[in-house]
Amino acid sequence: MHELSIALSILDMVDEEAQRRGDVGIEAIHLKLGLLSGVVKEALLSAYELASEQTRFAACPLVIEDVPVSVYCSNCNAERSIRSVQCFCCVECGMPASEVVHGLELQIWALELAE
Amino acid sequence: MTTTPRIVEVRQNVLKHNDEVAHALRSRFQEAGVFVVSLVSSPGSGKTTFLERALTMLRQQCRPAALVGDLATDNDAQRLARSQTPVKQITTGSLCHLEAAMVDRTLEGWDLKELDILLIENVGNLVCPASYDLGEDLRLVLLSVTEGEDKPLKYPTIFNSADVAIITKMDLAEVVEFDRAAARANIEAVRPGIQVFELSAKTGQGMDELLAYLQEKSAVRSPAS
Repeated sequence: MHELSIALSILDMVDEEAQRRGDVGIEAIHLKLGLLSGVVKEALLSAYELASEQTRFAACPLVIEDVPVSVYCSNCNAERSIRSVQCFCCVECGMPASEVVHGLELQIWALELAE
Repeated sequence: MTTTPRIVEVRQNVLKHNDEVAHALRSRFQEAGVFVVSLVSSPGSGKTTFLERALTMLRQQCRPAALVGDLATDNDAQRLARSQTPVKQITTGSLCHLEAAMVDRTLEGWDLKELDILLIENVGNLVCPASYDLGEDLRLVLLSVTEGEDKPLKYPTIFNSADVAIITKMDLAEVVEFDRAAARANIEAVRPGIQVFELSAKTGQGMDELLAYLQEKSAVRSPAS
């Protein structure tokens, strides 16, 4: 359970970014969360709610976009989805593949600023 | 007055601070010629017993050291001190994983040039340590025969993040009717191509092979200068 420290980091980083932009108001935080990030979405949302209470972000939603896992398949020579996280095989040809292309994301990708 | 939100892309990794510290650590380790291996597993899978045996054996051939992470107590550091190698405890308080900054802080006072291999034992946890780079060269995930063959399927993220998998407590395999083929198939399913070692730190079975592998990897990374 490290979601609370992740939520606090998100708030710190967004606060810093807001100040850098002239103390602009933030209306929403958009986060990309990979399935292999090691962070649980529901736990992060609860932690964020708790961490943002009584801060300037109390009314600012954290919008999470799930990022599924994709790998590089050497047989198809392309980025492919996997069958499941219990089976790292190319969905197209079935070849085992361990080179993860997407799914590790834990990234604040965008902010909605108040004009 | 209504306001119109404007979307700006920022693309900042939430763990960028940890990643920066880990990156700096990795450069320091390379410069000093120390090969760094981290260990992750669930609590009780035999990390400390493995470390005790590994440090004692490595001491015959090179200059090893270890950092051991736990929520509380320095029992592990005291126990490992018997191997007569430098060992420091990282006590995380309530934190469930190690972060690069803790490794950085704990290394203060050690001359890295005096070391050849540094083993870092993470807190026993198969979830959170997956997200944090510690600047290591290799991440080892340990699975003991008493835990159940399907553990890799239950915790695919950490197994997928590891470079090497080790099945520990092989001396108990028969007693607990450990299904070796199933365990290996499950590890391979979540991390195709991963190198797997089977050993018993208690009897020493399989330790030579793993330590030889680590030394070989270490030699590849830092050719004799």
